[in-house]
Amino acid sequence: MRKKALSVLLTTAMVASMFTACGSKDSNSNSSTGGSGSDKNHEYTVSNGGKVLNIYVWNDEFINRMKDHMPGYVADEKDPLLGTLDGVTVKWTQVASDNNAYQNNLDEKLQKQATAAADDKIDMFLMEADYALKYVDSNYTVPVDKLGITADDTKNMYKYTKDVVTDANGQLKGLSWQGCPGILFYNRAAAKEVLGTDDQAEVQKAVADWDTYVATAQKMVDAGYKMTATSNDTYRVYSNNVTTKWVEDGKVNVDANIKKWAEDTKKLVDMKACGTADLWSDDWSAGFYPTGKVFCYFGPAWLINFCMAADKEGSIAYEGGWGATEGPQGFFWGGTWIAGCDFTDNADLVKKIMINMTCTDDILVDIVVKDNDFTNSKPVMEALANGTKKVQDADGNEVEYSSPVFGGINPLSFYAKSADKIDLSKLTGYDQGCNEKFQQAMKNYFLGECSYDEALKLFYKDIKVVYPNLKTE
Amino acid sequence: MSQSKTRNSKAVSYNKWGYIFLIPFIVVYLLFQLVPLVTTIYYSFFDYYRMGLVYYGPFANGINNYTQIINDGYIFTYFKNTIIMWIIGFVPQILVSLLLGAWFSDNRLRLKGESFFKTVIYLPNLIMASAFAMLFFTLTSERGPINQILTGLHIIKEPYIFLDHTAGARGLVGFMNFIMWFGNTTILLLAGMLGIDVSLFEAAEVDGATSNQKFFRITLPLLRPILVYVLITSLIGGLQMFDVPQILTKGSGAPMETTKTLIMYLNEYIKITKNYGMAGAISVILFVLTGILSVIVFQFSDNKTKVK
Repeated sequence: MRKKALSVLLTTAMVASMFTACGSKDSNSNSSTGGSGSDKNHEYTVSNGGKVLNIYVWNDEFINRMKDHMPGYVADEKDPLLGTLDGVTVKWTQVASDNNAYQNNLDEKLQKQATAAADDKIDMFLMEADYALKYVDSNYTVPVDKLGITADDTKNMYKYTKDVVTDANGQLKGLSWQGCPGILFYNRAAAKEVLGTDDQAEVQKAVADWDTYVATAQKMVDAGYKMTATSNDTYRVYSNNVTTKWVEDGKVNVDANIKKWAEDTKKLVDMKACGTADLWSDDWSAGFYPTGKVFCYFGPAWLINFCMAADKEGSIAYEGGWGATEGPQGFFWGGTWIAGCDFTDNADLVKKIMINMTCTDDILVDIVVKDNDFTNSKPVMEALANGTKKVQDADGNEVEYSSPVFGGINPLSFYAKSADKIDLSKLTGYDQGCNEKFQQAMKNYFLGECSYDEALKLFYKDIKVVYPNLKTE
Repeated sequence: MSQSKTRNSKAVSYNKWGYIFLIPFIVVYLLFQLVPLVTTIYYSFFDYYRMGLVYYGPFANGINNYTQIINDGYIFTYFKNTIIMWIIGFVPQILVSLLLGAWFSDNRLRLKGESFFKTVIYLPNLIMASAFAMLFFTLTSERGPINQILTGLHIIKEPYIFLDHTAGARGLVGFMNFIMWFGNTTILLLAGMLGIDVSLFEAAEVDGATSNQKFFRITLPLLRPILVYVLITSLIGGLQMFDVPQILTKGSGAPMETTKTLIMYLNEYIKITKNYGMAGAISVILFVLTGILSVIVFQFSDNKTKVK
């Protein structure tokens, strides 16, 4: 009897588990219809009166910008991920973007957004250019005009910062406070020692195009310097100057300029002009100090403030030892966009943050002065670059803007020049995976572990894992 | 007759409690082990993954996932990598553990601070594998302390970047597994050695046996069941090698995927795209592999009882 009862129990458990399987299948196939594409007639559910403003970020950059510049925002003294704004608790959720973790977490939360408790609903999240399209082309991001932000508010912004976050129907769905035109930062001590001068015009001649860049790299190696810290430093410069997209008609496509990056970098690695560590690693950031012996870094303005150890004694940035010049090609890197999220229950606060942090000239100037950033207002940046707009120094005098990191030089004109050239028409929603996997695969080629074709094969294999719907050669 | 009947009824009432106490385990097992197990196998026959915010499937596709895995052939490479790195770690591990076990169990040596050393050799196992991997990543990086010392002493001219070379990367993974697990193995072997009848050693000593003879003729043969147990559990654990190479190489299995293990392969599919179909198929293959190894364990324990 007992044996029979037990077997009945086990069988029931088995059958029940089959039903669970079917159940989850149903709910998932439903969500497949809800998440794809941005619908022009979608009814966005935005309301006010929420008690908690949830903001998703991948680092503390925006948290600090809010703390330093947002009127009325009070950061919690103990918990860095808490604050208050107009009586509403601001709750930050910070997940690092390594290995796609930020997006994975965000995707999971977004799919529960409609049914989540009011205090758990995401009100606002941040996104990067590499994958912004993925969210912009979904119904999860609210068009800014639905939040009450007009075209007049955003008229001064650099056009490319709006192009990135405009969906297929022409709706603007996010805003950014920064522009990210990239330039070349060079170690002035190294320039003096090896090139004989640290004058911007002369250094620019030594890095004017990729062939002279490689020739200069040889000089650096002979003098005991590395040209760049890692092989990935130059990647963005090449990948932003492509003529074809990463994905054309559902097929992965390696642009000629990306291939050129692999070829040039192989030369540089072989002559030991750069290492093969990853960006953000200790070997990469060693060059922020004179002992690291690195000649240059490629980057936008945020790199200086956010990464280059400008506040640490002994660093090159602290000593004002960097120079700035345009480099071989113009490019941009990163940039953070703020998007309001569907089902937000704090729409007015989202609007207030967007207006203050991205459309208010005084705050944008403050960010430039305090954080060495390049902010998203063309007239303001041009006025600061040519000196017609003054800023206050420590003693309250009206002076022309200059950056202590560059030893009192105003680098804004280089950024402004580069910002005008930014072309984002080749951006796709697949860029992050493609960029990451391509660099990862090519590292094996640089190290001499395999040929270029073998590394390319590895890249194709990896990309099929990340994007199973794409075709490769 | 009547006596045996009452004994029976008593036993039944106790048995009932046995089952009641088992309920929590059975419920947890059904919910968190059996159901996922069955769904994993079920979904391995489907095309089912997520692309960002969009789900594809599930669409039944028969054994396509399995044929794709076999045709791609990567699973064989990763299996080879896993086994190589396991051997690199296991060989020194078993040798050192045997030596330490023999020393600790030898009455004539009378080692001082035995329990202190037992604790110390077990300590690396208490550190999270991820923290341990991060530590070694920093130690062996281009500008890390190991390279600074070696170049500073002019032992090598240029920094040797372990993770850029197949031998270096695999060796590092093997070495870390060795450091983490030799303490555990020592404790297991020591328990086996202490279980050996002391009179055997005394008799051997009376006959004039040397330490080596005692070790190879008495300790090792009698330790065989424990050695087999250690071997099989370590092999099953080795097949599931994941955290150390994953963190050391940031999931890429660099260089050229020579340190990519089977579970890293599985993780790749589940992490970003939630590819339940492919990941399910890989899991089933791993499940079968581990199952075969478990059968071998049962075989060995059966032999043991037969000998007795």
